[in-house]
Amino acid sequence: MTDPVMTATALERHYEVSSGLFRASRTLKAVAGVEFALYPGKTLAVVGESGCGKSTLARMVTMIEEPTAGSLTLDGKPVVPEDWASLRKSVQIVFQDPYGSLNPRQRIGTILEEPLKINRPDMSNTERTAKAREMLGLVGLRPEHFDRYPHMFSGGQRQRIAIARALMLDPKVLVLDEPVSALDLSIQSSVLNLLVDLQERLQLAYLFISHDLSVVKHVADEVIVMYLGRAVEKGSRDTVFATPFHPYTKALLSATPQADPRAKKERIKLDGELPSPLAIPDGCPFAPRCWKVQEKCRATRPALFGDAHSAACFFPENSPT
Amino acid sequence: MTLLHIRNLSVDFATASGQFRAVDGVDQDVNESEILAIVGESGSGKSVSMLAVMGLLPWTATVTADELTFDGQDLLTMDPRARRKIVGKDLAMIFQEPMSSLNPCFTVGWQIREALRVHLGMGRRERQARAIELFEQVGIPDPEKRLSAFPHQMSGGMNQRVMIAMAIACKPKLLIADEPTTALDVTIQAQILDLLASLRDETGMGLVLITHDMGVVAETAERVSVQYAGQKIEEQPVVPLFETPHHPYTSALLDALPERATEKRLPTIPGVVPGQFDRPAGCLFSPRCQFANAKCKAEAPRPSSIELGHARCFYPLNSNERAAS
Ligand SMILES: Nc1ncnc2c1ncn2[C@@H]1O[C@H](COP(=O)(O)OP(=O)(O)OP(=O)(O)O)[C@@H](O)[C@H]1O
Ligand SMILES: Nc1ncnc2c1ncn2[C@@H]1O[C@H](COP(=O)(O)OP(=O)(O)O)[C@@H](O)[C@H]1O
Ligand code: SF4
Ligand code: SF4
Ligand SMILES: [Mg+2]
Ligand SMILES: [Mg+2]
Repeated sequence: MTDPVMTATALERHYEVSSGLFRASRTLKAVAGVEFALYPGKTLAVVGESGCGKSTLARMVTMIEEPTAGSLTLDGKPVVPEDWASLRKSVQIVFQDPYGSLNPRQRIGTILEEPLKINRPDMSNTERTAKAREMLGLVGLRPEHFDRYPHMFSGGQRQRIAIARALMLDPKVLVLDEPVSALDLSIQSSVLNLLVDLQERLQLAYLFISHDLSVVKHVADEVIVMYLGRAVEKGSRDTVFATPFHPYTKALLSATPQADPRAKKERIKLDGELPSPLAIPDGCPFAPRCWKVQEKCRATRPALFGDAHSAACFFPENSPT
Repeated sequence: MTLLHIRNLSVDFATASGQFRAVDGVDQDVNESEILAIVGESGSGKSVSMLAVMGLLPWTATVTADELTFDGQDLLTMDPRARRKIVGKDLAMIFQEPMSSLNPCFTVGWQIREALRVHLGMGRRERQARAIELFEQVGIPDPEKRLSAFPHQMSGGMNQRVMIAMAIACKPKLLIADEPTTALDVTIQAQILDLLASLRDETGMGLVLITHDMGVVAETAERVSVQYAGQKIEEQPVVPLFETPHHPYTSALLDALPERATEKRLPTIPGVVPGQFDRPAGCLFSPRCQFANAKCKAEAPRPSSIELGHARCFYPLNSNERAAS
């Protein structure tokens, strides 16, 4: 197998949050001990409910925030804050909101050229403009769009612009944080197709963050399921969807509505909601909502177990080998 | 029995750039004890058409209809005071943005008791007891304690339950739920959808579910109405809608679902929904329709027969004529 372009080892991010005026601040573990590898031309999807740490993970990977602990490598070299400035161009991000992420006062051409202005002072104006125009075509927009403003575009077109901007510096890794969640179905499919095309053409590694399992099932090669800041299951798309190990993964899959009115509904009903990230239980974080919980689960936190397909559970569903 | 009966409903907004038709000639019936889903892309007029039924549109909106009745009463000629008595009581709505319809300055308990006071004239004790009962019914743990919480102290899922509790407080005959689960995680969404369906089972209320999620539609609805650019373009019971759609838009929308994909590249619908200034002549879907011909571009199709799902199309799919030609 080819070498990974990026790896993460025991990645953690903690926040100190003050709870009330005179009380001591407490530590919120937004991400706790996540590991993964990204490969050229492959998509790793991160799924999980809101607040489970997906965006925090994205901010560390894109060097917006420094991990509290653990490490990242890019092309085999450690990612340390001293080198962020030079490494950042290799890891770019596209956000969910195609409205908020583009400056409304800048023309599309300016938006696309800006990353080059900052990072490639060696490039001439003509070269920059040529590259921006080429990128516009690559994401399926028309030449006349170059001089227009963001408000003149539809949601899907704006997401194309955001993707084009992220590609201007020839990154190796693209982090996609809910890239199609805000788009209508008829637009979503064309943006997903664009991402597939670009990945093939440019051999990009994708970190694809989404809560929509039907989209993940379509795009992912590998999947990580997160719960309260931790990876609770990891494996290839096919094994995770066909034989989930972790009860939470199973519940998540069963709760995802299928667009087939004849499909049998056998929903696993979870009691309660995600506990507060400030009050994560000792032992298994899923224990308060798990229908298989035993004494042991409350006392000890299960570690990820298994090779190609792993889960953090003492009593997994389709036992890992 | 028909609870809601709508014929030729249109809504025009006065905007700085002229009149804008958000809802265009919609017919709709909703029966007692049934779940009707309204689906369509953003801006297709789902919310506006139901807000028109509720009488909750701003003054810039002009509502016209040939018929608009609720539970046998004519909403078009009813005086505003009589209408206010119905809205919130027999006819209730869960709004798209839960936080904007809960008042941040009052506890959720106060808000629900106030609704009970205004509409049912209940006494203090009775109100408190009913509020607790309602919270239990929608699955809010520890109801007595939660009644004294403010909206910002609760999670999105809990606030959505409070909204549902308030909406069903007066045992409505018809509940309109506008994207009731869009902002929620799937495990919470599953709980809320089950709750709405079981309320229908217990009370026999009619339920209108507005959503853009085809999965939610397939799992929850009995009948489905599809809107496009302000028009209702098709309506069928849920199984035939998914299996034999009659309107090319419905069919294209279903094909674009990732879970129906047969290969890595998904089928797409070219172009975008028409806006205020580029509403096409003829069929509104014609600029994006793979079957469009000169007639479609010149003439506006009328809704077809019930057998063809009222499809607003000259050449409905999955029809005998089409199969023969
Ligand atoms: N107060 C208003 N003034 C002018 N136009 C309006 C107003 N309210 C809604 N509209 C327009 O009416 C159309 C239909 O809006 P509506 O809110 O019904 O869409 P929707 O189908 O509910 O969409 P979504 O899925 O985004 O909720 C849109 O084009 C919208 O911009
Ligand atoms: N800057 C911050 N300060 C304090 N808490 C934060 C901060 N950023 C995120 N969090 C918390 O970390 C957890 C994970 O958040 P996030 O990564 O945004 O989740 P997701 O993207 O999966 O919804 C949440 O509990 C969130 O409230
Ligand atoms: S470790 Fe125990 S509580 Fe945790 S998921 Fe497995 S069975 Fe459930
Ligand atoms: S009337 Fe013509 S353009 Fe419109 S949906 Fe039917 S075939 Fe397509
Ligand atoms: Mg996020
Ligand atoms: Mg709406």
